[in-house]
Amino acid sequence: MSDEIIRRDPRAEWIARNRLHPLHDAMQQAGAAETRGPSGLIRRNPHAVGFIGPNGIKRIDRMNGNGPAVGGRRSAGAAKEVELPLHKVENPDYYVVVVPDMVGGRLSGHDRDVIGQAHKLIREGEGAGAVLAVVFGEHREEAFDKAGVDRLLNITGEAYEGYTPELRVAALEQVEKEYAPKYWLLPDSVAAGFEIGCRLAARIGERPATQAWQVSSDEAICRGAGGTTDITRKTPRLMLLAEECAEPIDETRHEVLPLELETSVSVQAVIQDCGQVAVDPNAIPLGEAEFILSAGNGVTDWNQFHQAAEALGATEGASRVAVDDGNMPRFRQVGATGTWVTARVYVAVGISGAVQHLQGIGQCDKVIAINTDVGCDMVKRAALSCIADSGEVMAELIRLANAYRQEVVENAA
Amino acid sequence: MQPDKQNANLRIAALVSVGKHPGSGRARRAEQDARAVEMGLAMAPQGLEVLHAGDPHAEALRAYAGMGLKKLRILQQGENADAVPALSQYLSETKPDIVLTGVRAESGESSGMMAYLLGEKLGMPVVTRIAEIVSIDNGQANLLQALPRGQRRALRVPLPFVASVDMAAATPRQSAFGPASRAEMEAKAADVEVLDEVQASWSEAPARKRPKRLKVVKAKTAADRFKAATAKSSGDGGKVLRDKPASEMAQAVFDLLLEEGVIR
Repeated sequence: MSDEIIRRDPRAEWIARNRLHPLHDAMQQAGAAETRGPSGLIRRNPHAVGFIGPNGIKRIDRMNGNGPAVGGRRSAGAAKEVELPLHKVENPDYYVVVVPDMVGGRLSGHDRDVIGQAHKLIREGEGAGAVLAVVFGEHREEAFDKAGVDRLLNITGEAYEGYTPELRVAALEQVEKEYAPKYWLLPDSVAAGFEIGCRLAARIGERPATQAWQVSSDEAICRGAGGTTDITRKTPRLMLLAEECAEPIDETRHEVLPLELETSVSVQAVIQDCGQVAVDPNAIPLGEAEFILSAGNGVTDWNQFHQAAEALGATEGASRVAVDDGNMPRFRQVGATGTWVTARVYVAVGISGAVQHLQGIGQCDKVIAINTDVGCDMVKRAALSCIADSGEVMAELIRLANAYRQEVVENAA
Repeated sequence: MQPDKQNANLRIAALVSVGKHPGSGRARRAEQDARAVEMGLAMAPQGLEVLHAGDPHAEALRAYAGMGLKKLRILQQGENADAVPALSQYLSETKPDIVLTGVRAESGESSGMMAYLLGEKLGMPVVTRIAEIVSIDNGQANLLQALPRGQRRALRVPLPFVASVDMAAATPRQSAFGPASRAEMEAKAADVEVLDEVQASWSEAPARKRPKRLKVVKAKTAADRFKAATAKSSGDGGKVLRDKPASEMAQAVFDLLLEEGVIR
């Protein structure tokens, strides 16, 4: 009988009625979830809906947190990370194997496109297929699941570090034997995909489609004759895919179940990797240099600039003014009239950033500006800007670079 | 590199193809193949054999001869024949020390498979995208391989080997008309002629322009779509350092350079 007796708490009710009570807010918060009335119905308190705005007027958010943030108050819904649905493949009927480049240990945009293409082929075909990514060596990728990898075969070992195409192909041949994939997809890239793909194709006797840019389960369109013709052909088993061949996966998560090879491979490698060679940065063509130190009108001490470039190991560039004044040769000019550069890091010393120059550095990832004028366009473009005299900063940079080199030498000794 | 005594009895085969000018579509000497010939001429002018499988009357082949070759060896075969069986048959008889090719042809399928198929058939290691043959000692070749962004990697390979020559190799010398027309085109019918049947089933058309990838906004609510449509491109502005000592600013710049991994 006792559980049927409804016990009231007059004090709590009184506090709930009295908005000025010091405990009012806390009580309201506690009971905000769901309250049931004496008859068991859900009671919604209309006074608890919404919040009091900055000038004391009650505001009700009817967009459920999707509206723009009001008065610095962040809506809770916007910041929430959306959990993508998990795509599961239990007992796959077949595998589609992708061998990503993993430039710098991470999936590149090209790799993601190739994985997207693999899923497209699975959707078009019959049966449940799984995308198997074969990754060599240590990797630093954390989001294999969001990129669309169902199964991951990570082949690690000392032997796979560095340039080891023969060993990698032998491992892929073992994958071919054990998993008999329906398709082999590789990125057709300079990084590694083209070479590994061609070696594998020659080894397993498949005729690949190269530079394929539109692939369905029965027809593939490939660029031929140095990119001047389109070849339409039946989709082969092994394909080297061009960039942007398909949309990358972005609406699902995938399992990333680890797989292993049953038998390990060992091959006597004939090609011996003697490591990368130090290259004179100024011998690298400006268009493909990775790190450019570029000078403009603000540079007065040109010897110091050349010293800085040498100390940092950067390729030299220049703005049009510097070239016109005769301080730098014409082939060093960056911009619309000179070279369009693709550097990852571009340091602009004393360049204010004419439109033509900014066009020329459009593809650069990180731009660093050293300039005396805060309002100039280069500072707006830059990820890091130093408002100072370029000579002083460059002197400090030379000192830091030399100190760093010294330290490296001492540590090595 | 100057030819020296060591390379006197080195035998190099450079495989050449008929190129295609990207703008006009005219036949010309292929850029990478010309670099392969140049590399062969620089290494061992005496032991270089320039080899082509196909039509011996192609005018573009004369452009290779004009680089100073006495003769070109041509394995005559039809237009639709596969070059690999004929070449591998010939090369397995002559057994050169180094086989040089371009990375990708400028006409036909331009799959870039030639070097790999030859390597697999002849049982020779394949080295890709070489920029220079530095030296040859004790039956081993020291090579420089071209990497993206102008970087180089040193490799060591035992002879004989197949190598594809990158655009980063030394630019080929000019072709002169006189020597080109005087050179002998030594044509003989290929021993094996295999028709490329797979290729017959393809259809070929001038390259279509590829559609640009659109930036699709996948927003769940109207408010999100509105935000995506009206939002300014996020000029994240970047960090601005001012009124600080130069050493502090330089340190910030240097830290960023280290973080990006461009300081070696």
